[in-house]
Amino acid sequence: MSDNQNSTDLTKQDGHDSLDRFQDPGIPAHKSRMADRDPKAAKRAETQVVILFTISIIGTIGMLVAFFALPQNTSIAGIRTANLIIGLGLAFALLGIGLAAVHWAKTLMSDHEHVDERHGQRSSDTVRAEAVQALTEGAQDSGIARRGVLKGAVVTALALFPLAIAVPLVAEVGGDWNVSKFRHTLWKPKMRLALDPSGRPIKAEDVTIGSAFHVIPDVSEEVRTSHEWISEKAKAIVLMVRLDPRDLKEAEDRKGWSYDGIVAYSKVCTHVGCPVALYEQQTHHLLCPCHQSTFDVADGAKVVFGPAKRPLPQLPITVDDEGYLVAQSDFLEPVGPSYWERLK
Amino acid sequence: MSTSTAGPAEATADYLDQRTGIAGAVKEFARKVFPDHWSFLLGEIALYSFIVLILSGFFLTMFFVPSMGLITYHGEPATMDGQLMSEAFASTLHTSFEVRGGLLMRQIHHWAALLFMAAIVTHMMRVFFTGAFRKPRELNWMVGFLLMILGLAAGFTGYSLPDDVLSGNGLRITDGVVKSIPVIGSYMSYFIFGGEFPGEHIIPRLFTLHILVVPGLILALVALHLFFVVLHKHTQYPGGGRTNANVVGFPLFPVYVAKAGGFFFVVFGVIAAMGATMAINNVWNYGPYDPSPVSAGAQPDWYMLFLEGSLRLMPGQTEYVIAGYTLSLNILIPAVVVPGLLFTFLAIYPFLEAAVTKDKREHHVLDRPRNVPVRTGLGVAFLTAFIILALAGSNDLIATHFHLSINAITWVFRVLIFVGPVIAFWITKRICLGLQRKDRELVLHGHETGRIVRFAHGEYIEVHRPLDDQERWLRVNYTAHAPLEIDPATDSRGVRRKGYKKDRRLQRLSRFFYEDRVEPVTPSEVAASHSHGEHDALGTADETRAVESGSAVGGGSHIVNPDDGRSTKH
Amino acid sequence: MKALAARRHHRFAPVVLLLLALLVTGGVYAAFAPSPASADTASTEDIETGQKLFQANCATCHGPSAEGSDTVPSLVGVGAAAVDFQVSTGRMPMQMEAPQAIEKPRQFNEEQTAQLAAYVASLGAGPAIPTDEQVDAALGDPSNGAAVFRTNCAMCHNAVGAGGALSEGKFAPALWDTSERNIYQAMQTGPQSMPVFNDMNITPDEKRDVISYLVEQREGSAGGLDLGSLGPVSEGLWVWIVGMGLLIGAAVWIGAKSS
Repeated sequence: MSDNQNSTDLTKQDGHDSLDRFQDPGIPAHKSRMADRDPKAAKRAETQVVILFTISIIGTIGMLVAFFALPQNTSIAGIRTANLIIGLGLAFALLGIGLAAVHWAKTLMSDHEHVDERHGQRSSDTVRAEAVQALTEGAQDSGIARRGVLKGAVVTALALFPLAIAVPLVAEVGGDWNVSKFRHTLWKPKMRLALDPSGRPIKAEDVTIGSAFHVIPDVSEEVRTSHEWISEKAKAIVLMVRLDPRDLKEAEDRKGWSYDGIVAYSKVCTHVGCPVALYEQQTHHLLCPCHQSTFDVADGAKVVFGPAKRPLPQLPITVDDEGYLVAQSDFLEPVGPSYWERLK
Repeated sequence: MSTSTAGPAEATADYLDQRTGIAGAVKEFARKVFPDHWSFLLGEIALYSFIVLILSGFFLTMFFVPSMGLITYHGEPATMDGQLMSEAFASTLHTSFEVRGGLLMRQIHHWAALLFMAAIVTHMMRVFFTGAFRKPRELNWMVGFLLMILGLAAGFTGYSLPDDVLSGNGLRITDGVVKSIPVIGSYMSYFIFGGEFPGEHIIPRLFTLHILVVPGLILALVALHLFFVVLHKHTQYPGGGRTNANVVGFPLFPVYVAKAGGFFFVVFGVIAAMGATMAINNVWNYGPYDPSPVSAGAQPDWYMLFLEGSLRLMPGQTEYVIAGYTLSLNILIPAVVVPGLLFTFLAIYPFLEAAVTKDKREHHVLDRPRNVPVRTGLGVAFLTAFIILALAGSNDLIATHFHLSINAITWVFRVLIFVGPVIAFWITKRICLGLQRKDRELVLHGHETGRIVRFAHGEYIEVHRPLDDQERWLRVNYTAHAPLEIDPATDSRGVRRKGYKKDRRLQRLSRFFYEDRVEPVTPSEVAASHSHGEHDALGTADETRAVESGSAVGGGSHIVNPDDGRSTKH
Repeated sequence: MKALAARRHHRFAPVVLLLLALLVTGGVYAAFAPSPASADTASTEDIETGQKLFQANCATCHGPSAEGSDTVPSLVGVGAAAVDFQVSTGRMPMQMEAPQAIEKPRQFNEEQTAQLAAYVASLGAGPAIPTDEQVDAALGDPSNGAAVFRTNCAMCHNAVGAGGALSEGKFAPALWDTSERNIYQAMQTGPQSMPVFNDMNITPDEKRDVISYLVEQREGSAGGLDLGSLGPVSEGLWVWIVGMGLLIGAAVWIGAKSS
């Protein structure tokens, strides 16, 4: 290891014996350009620059003319044309200037290389000493030396005051902090299953084998157009399918949750929450398009592929007197992605 | 004192100088020298894209309504007419279809954002592979790293603003990831959304972040970034006359004002042309955000694809319940640990290299990537990992386009994410070492001219043309770092030295970096290659030359005068 | 005569012969192939001809009375709509083993397809082929269609019907070139992986709205080239190829020495 590793002199090399190294041949000789040698070439280059600036001017004018001349409120094709013409006008306006400036620099501006000296970043020892002295004098002037309690008080006060701003901010930004809301959805006993987005309730006989129904709770139009609805819908969406009852494998404690082969599962993926909506009728697999978690609807919606761990929560359903499908209760576990206190 | 005969320019200069002393700055900066290379313009692409973002973004803020309040929209396109949607989404439609030039500005804004991140990545790669992050520029590397993170934040907050189904599902995924954080996850979710997802606050909050906080931080850090470039002066590639103690190039005024200023217009012009011709983020096709719909091809913007791929590749079994609490490693690992590792590697790299070389000097001459094989290999390995993750995030599009099974693709990438970077590292390192050896051969033996000369005694040689000074200098002007040497484990009295274990670890790492190296050619080696034993005395084209068997590069190592076949010694 | 005989060894002779043979075959076929007749109601004759076509082309897999087997679905009750969809898109007869039946050039013309459909419809009541009015895009509401499509279809077929991936190599095809009738029939019959969207789920009017939405998408994008309407991945790809490509090119030009 060479001592030169620690050197602040920018010119020192390290490693080999500096005698057995090639010498710097210096800056390569300047090669003249056509425009330097031949005044006609220089004139040509100048003309080219002028033409490019002119293209820019034409672009600007063209863009402004199009902007005012093109009709508004037209068809998709009309908007596309307006976008194209105005945009290209702008593009030419800009490119003309850019290409002109660069071409000018390359062909006409002096291309003789200059050399500047670098200086090491480190301040000289003298300056450093003066800096240290300035700070020391300042500290002495402040009278803080040997006043430990004073130092402690300064630090404590300064460290604490940001809390006065941060705590109210953080506290209020989180709303009511009521994370237990994750456990409950809008579904209640005897609540009808309705079509998403129209809101029409669904009869069991309408659900034929091979169907996939996108379901929301049956709520009034007023609720469905309110603002709170979207946050509730985000937990309440359900996918309902009908299988041949012979294909349906049900756990003992869930035998009463389906109705004649009709099963309903939460549509919120247990991975990170996208709607699990791709129902493959023939394999009865439910695929989530975001990260490809795949759930088997015929077997408790358990995970058969992908980054999800838990099966989709099942909504227990039955039928009311008029034949409409209804929920028996809310989901028996929180829907959607896992979180720390989920099972508590 | 101004005189009455001074022109307007002189009068203005005088007015300013009397109040600010600006002549000093003008003197200092007007003719400041900057080195010239196209790869130094990559950072400028990022800078200029950012300016385009600010200009086009300002236009958009004149029309965007950052509110999640619901309204019924009437207007173009026909597929959205009469639908209930948030004001944010409705104002985006209004901007696109009713404001003249609005769609153009939206598209310019989004293309500029994608280009901003692409330029940042390309510029960062250039800085990495040329070693421009070495002292004194480690701090600037950190600033640049932070700018990249802020760029990601700006993009993410920005494309979520229209409140459409695609970006809304992105926010949903973010919420899911946040919820998986142990202990505080559900509270963090409440913090971000002001309640349950999606609530009514997220769009206005993202708006404030997107137009005030993030751009403010970016502007401040960009100013610092450029300040460092001016303070440290720009680095330069090795070449004749370029030393560690000078800057060779052209003056700021007029050459760089014209070239760099012109480049701004070129960048803006290209973005404008893209905005005019290529559709991007047609949010009316995705529809206003609703938690129920989702579209096939559900991906974020390209610079977030690494996260998307990471989430898609992780198998799901790794979620555990411990004492009733749920620990979702299947989300934490891909969304927190993997990006954490990747970004930490990037951030600390300058300090890692400084530790394994113990090199405390300033470096202003750049490295040729081939001369630092392990660094280049690590960079390529990192890029490979990043690209594999991005491809994994696009696995459904790969499946449809190449008629493959998405499950098979996922499994292939699960293996490749580990194997790919290792193979990429090894191949790159070997290529670098090979290129270095080729450079050595070139310096020692010169260019092959293709001219074959036959001597009277029957020997054939190929004539080699020696490198000129500049070509040779480029290939020999570098340092091949050697692995660290450390003090022995025990001192002279046999007492174990404190800190030996740490030194040993550092030495092992240093060996990984520098054990395989190719030294630059020295003048004595060149001399030795030209005179092999009995050739020292040669002066005429004589038949008693021994045929060279030592050189690996085709044919002889004679430096032969092309015109008269006479061998000359150097 | 000698001249002709001499020419028979000319190197182009086989080519000429081949062309002649093709022309003759084509001509004979064109002369004898049945011309498409427009039959809008299925006559007994149609059902009989359809049965013959069925026995010749479909029974090997679907069984002599279309009863199916463990691996092949029964066609009893699938209705004329299913047959019209599958046969007119060329999915059936299925050519080879694949994750799903792929659209290919249709093997049977309109008349034959109608006959097959009539025969299968006679086996058991099922969805009928929709009328022209039921699938007329001009009569539908593209806005409602967008809402229905978004909830029920976009997750497989992509937001504008550009297609998407399903598991294990299956896919939901792009809908750019699908006829209005087939869009309706696909919803009605739920081919292969696609669920069945019966009229209680998506009403006939809503189905027409969906058709109206999809036809509207064929106008292209208001913003310019739609780049396949595949979303952010293709946008990212193009920004690197076009954006960075052009700008790095410009940078190289700027940094290069002028001649």
